[in-house]
Amino acid sequence: MFFQPIKKNIKSMAVQPNLTDYTTIRAEFSWEAVRRELSGLPGGQGLNIAYEAVDRHAEGPGQNRIAIRFLGKDGGVSDLSYGDLRDRSNRFANLLRSLKVDKGDRVFWLAGRIPDLYPIFFGTLKNLNVFCPLFAAFGPEPVQQRLERGNARILVTNRKQYTKKIAPLLNRLPELRYILLVDSTEDINEQVLSLPRLMAEAADMFTIPPTDPEDMAILHFTSGTTGLPKGAVHVHNAVQTHFITGRYVLDLHQDDIYWCTADPGWVTGTSYGIIAPLLHGVISIVDEADFEPERWYRILQEQKVTVWYTAPTAIRMLMRVPEELPGKFDLSSLRLVHSVGEPLNPEAVLWGQKVLGLLIHDNWWQTETGGIMIANYAALEVRPGSMGLPLPGIEAAILTHLDAESVRVEESDVEGELALRRGWPSMFRAYLHDEERYQKCFAGEWYLTGDLARRDADGYYWFIGRADDIIKTAGHMVGPFEVESCLMEHPAVAEAGVIGKPESTIGELVKAFVVLKAGYKATDELSHELIGFGRGRLGSAVAPKEIDFVDNLPKTRSGKIMRRLLKARELNLPVGDTSTLEGSTTS
Amino acid sequence: MNQEQLQTIIFAELKTIAPESDPAELSPDENIREALDIDSYSFLKVLVGLNEQTGVDIPEADYGKLSTLQAMTEYLAARIR
Repeated sequence: MFFQPIKKNIKSMAVQPNLTDYTTIRAEFSWEAVRRELSGLPGGQGLNIAYEAVDRHAEGPGQNRIAIRFLGKDGGVSDLSYGDLRDRSNRFANLLRSLKVDKGDRVFWLAGRIPDLYPIFFGTLKNLNVFCPLFAAFGPEPVQQRLERGNARILVTNRKQYTKKIAPLLNRLPELRYILLVDSTEDINEQVLSLPRLMAEAADMFTIPPTDPEDMAILHFTSGTTGLPKGAVHVHNAVQTHFITGRYVLDLHQDDIYWCTADPGWVTGTSYGIIAPLLHGVISIVDEADFEPERWYRILQEQKVTVWYTAPTAIRMLMRVPEELPGKFDLSSLRLVHSVGEPLNPEAVLWGQKVLGLLIHDNWWQTETGGIMIANYAALEVRPGSMGLPLPGIEAAILTHLDAESVRVEESDVEGELALRRGWPSMFRAYLHDEERYQKCFAGEWYLTGDLARRDADGYYWFIGRADDIIKTAGHMVGPFEVESCLMEHPAVAEAGVIGKPESTIGELVKAFVVLKAGYKATDELSHELIGFGRGRLGSAVAPKEIDFVDNLPKTRSGKIMRRLLKARELNLPVGDTSTLEGSTTS
Repeated sequence: MNQEQLQTIIFAELKTIAPESDPAELSPDENIREALDIDSYSFLKVLVGLNEQTGVDIPEADYGKLSTLQAMTEYLAARIR
């Protein structure tokens, strides 16, 4: 079904958007000009994200302004001013220095959304260490893989996570020097230390060392189709993208109260849950609790949120709640709603208009791009179902692969792979320890996103699907290979093929097709056991939610599982050319 | 239906989503989702299952009223016929 474009009346908007004339701003845009708008470290000592987001406000009239308003699960509210954030991040930087953590060493975070996150994030960057967040719902296997592959030197976590996931793995992590517990007032042993104790002992004055804009700042792991998760490396220069997308896409103005619902375990939770709002000196709301419809509407009302950045899964869960619920709340402060994580269906865009009185603005980007690349903007027409127009400074294109090395740039209305011209400031600089995979992401001047899309005649981009087998569930990526490898560790499993099964709320659901070893029977009990087995090792964010037993898996002649064919069968779609297959029957 | 029977139903629904867990070990006031690592989508499935087993209609707006074992049991007990 085609949905009509929705025009905006800019004059009637209470707050005039930062980007009104897209064509002119795009034509006149330069990254050099963006760089000049940032302070840079005093004395021309380079560019550091922590200075731009925190210290430059803390050292001016913004010192006492609220940076983070933290809403605890228990209903408590605590504020952190820009001045507090500077002092506490200085303490953490000094703490790292006293533990002799060297430049470039990785500091991992596995403790969810708690107030300590923010000083630790910025303190890590101030000491020129690299911050790497992990999602708290990862099981022991994804956690261990990422800590090992990311050469974790320091891990900040809580007692529960430590006991459950880290302590049993310690002998596999020889590079991990210290574990800092956020909720322990005493050291456990020489390696496992109390964060509150160390923070209390550290000084709150710290001078950020000279920082090359190309120094590594953040490491984000993302799933690949095959093999281990990939560590996308981001540098301090990425702050240019965070800054300009905060202005043009999020449309932040100084008096805004901004709420990003993303968990810091994912890239949105750092780029837009931590960095971008503070660059613009706004109040950033952080809610410790998980999704709950009434709580969320109450936060929008009580905190007078003006700009809200959330995700399709959350929006679709809110759509299931009767409209009387939002009707009970005063949402009149809200002026702009954004969504990211997976394509937002047109019905959801229109639901926003009907129930919140505001369209929902979808945007598109990836872990690798570091920041929003294609977006719907506050002032511009929205085409429901479209990811929008490229950010000023970003050149997007639709490509067709001609052979292994060459591509053709397509005209409008042709489906192909979405690509971005390389060189924007927040582009990932490497996959850690995997130069070959990094190089494979580029064809000449183009970064290949792995997403299939088309561009309409007016330049709006429309998502079609993934070019590979990566599963997108509740807004995050799951690599089928990780799940298959885990299931195959179970004694009953001979083989497993894992796909994303389309699901209306979470986009795709992780589903496994399992071939059993001889002597095992395909029973409901075994299916439950495998689901539990997956959850215990991978955690709820990654583990399969559905299991089907099959007699064999479709494979190519070289033995590779044809996940695409499994998916086509699941959806009763034509399976296409199967001439390269062996074992192409399933029960 | 008495409290014990209700808990048996609740435990069975939780086990369907988190088969590796032992819901009987939950403290009455512990947040179920956190303790058993259940994401928001799967928690909705638990509520749907409870509705099917008990006949109690659980509007999604009430989602937050069933976050602990005690709250869940009381919520269902108060509405069950």
